[in-house]
Amino acid sequence: MPLDASDLGAIWLTIKLASLTTAILLVLGTPIAWWLARTRSWLRGPIGAVVALPLVLPPTVIGFYLLLALGPHGWIGQATQALGLGSVVFSFSGLVIGSVVYSMPFVVQPLQNAFGAIGQRPLEVAATLRASPWDTFVNVVLPLARPGFITASILGFAHTVGEFGVVLMIGGNIPDKTRVVSVQIFDHVEAMEYSQAHWLAGAMLVFSFLVLLMLYAGRRGKPGWS
Amino acid sequence: MSASIKARLKLARDDFTLDVDLKLPGRGISALFGHSGSGKTSCLRCLAGLERAASAYIEINGEVWEDSSRGRFIPPHQRPVGYVFQEASLFPHLSVQGNLEFGWRRIAPQARKISQEQACQLLGISHLLARKPATLSGGEAQRVGIARALLSSPRLLLMDEPLAALDSARKREILPYLERLHNELDIPLIYVSHAQDEVARLADHLVLLEQGKALASGPIGETLARLDLPLAQGEDAGVVLEGVVVGHDPHYGLFDLRLPGADGQLLRIAHPALQVGSTLRLKVQARDVSLALAAQGASSILNRLPVRVRECHPAENPAHVLISLDASGTALLARITRYSADQLDVRPGQLLCAQIKSVALLG
Repeated sequence: MPLDASDLGAIWLTIKLASLTTAILLVLGTPIAWWLARTRSWLRGPIGAVVALPLVLPPTVIGFYLLLALGPHGWIGQATQALGLGSVVFSFSGLVIGSVVYSMPFVVQPLQNAFGAIGQRPLEVAATLRASPWDTFVNVVLPLARPGFITASILGFAHTVGEFGVVLMIGGNIPDKTRVVSVQIFDHVEAMEYSQAHWLAGAMLVFSFLVLLMLYAGRRGKPGWS
Repeated sequence: MSASIKARLKLARDDFTLDVDLKLPGRGISALFGHSGSGKTSCLRCLAGLERAASAYIEINGEVWEDSSRGRFIPPHQRPVGYVFQEASLFPHLSVQGNLEFGWRRIAPQARKISQEQACQLLGISHLLARKPATLSGGEAQRVGIARALLSSPRLLLMDEPLAALDSARKREILPYLERLHNELDIPLIYVSHAQDEVARLADHLVLLEQGKALASGPIGETLARLDLPLAQGEDAGVVLEGVVVGHDPHYGLFDLRLPGADGQLLRIAHPALQVGSTLRLKVQARDVSLALAAQGASSILNRLPVRVRECHPAENPAHVLISLDASGTALLARITRYSADQLDVRPGQLLCAQIKSVALLG
């Protein structure tokens, strides 16, 4: 068996983290993307830019600020302590919060594009056919934006799997709690366990390739991430 | 006419102001006619609640849908309107059946005034139910769009240039269905168009819009016969008449049509087959009507009616004059040369003979 228990633990933790992050992002990202796609408010620019920040910032920068915010003196840390949840730094919950921030643009942007592509007309048609705004969202917008949701889920999941810097900054390196695959590979290399590193790195390579293959093959030549 | 549709709308956009006070009959087809940018579509969108006018009062058959002075605004999904857009705008993720059911499912069963079978039959789409919108022709899709709007049992049907995106063959395919709606359903329809032939064929009431203002609003026969409107200046100026087939001359293949009016006059038209007793709509172009002092002598012109001159008006082309005529209660328009008008000494009240060179059957 080329992968030992700690490797398997890291893989399981990574899948758990990526699944949970994707689920949270779909719930949080849908209203944000809907708002960004439709608002005429001046806030659209600033909020769009904030959501996109993780695309360009070094993960260490995100990780640093998250560490401060989540720590015992940070505003999130204060809130979690006040709620009796204790500190979330160096915990799985902290990792989830970090991943949500880090992968946000990869979910919001495909959704925003998909919502934007639907346009005003189907919403107006639905309204003249007696559908309330919420009814329209569920029965017209969601089905029409389905390709966007698929893309958003795949990208959100894959990008979380590929996270390293943020995890290291706020999660540390605790086996079965915060040690994900990317960190495990780093540890193997540090410890000169190249064969172990090979197996895990190879698995990540194949996984990433398959994800992108799904995405590009599924798009049938349509440009853009919607 | 009892005005059962009232719409006072004021709307200002950067490049456009709409300011109309419309009173339309609560039944039949009212056409909003005008060039693009005249505000036709804005009126329709305000009626449906898709657009909110700065100042608006909308009352449909006694029900107030919008009254900005009291802050009343019924949102679009609570207004019983059916809206047919220029493009059919079917939901691509649903089958034809799913599209038809969309509005139908969202109204209370006791409020449903039309069954799916009826709607499908009326629009000739029963064979398309299982298809996806992407596989339909433009004409088929638009018919499904109309049926879908009907199935929400609207109390007001709005159509925004439903034929404009179609080629002329598809237009001819749909027009008979629209006439059937007119004849078989008792829902007032407001029809936006910039095509004079569609309006002449369908409308009972005509509103002429220009740059956000209503230049005229009235029954189509009267409105088309008005000399003070730009319509009379067009090459296609003319009147629309409705007549009842009252007789048939099988030997010559001619039919007699009685025009409305106190002592309705007869028009004779050549046609292969018409149903005696049916009502027909005709267009008589102003350029096809000539005038003579008296109906004397033989002529190849079939239809010669005694008329009284109502009004004379210079045409845009200075060689012509436009004359509106009263043929025993039926309005006619004639366009003759100014020279001829002077020779005949045409003046209001004068009795003349109108010679109608040709009559076009609409529909």
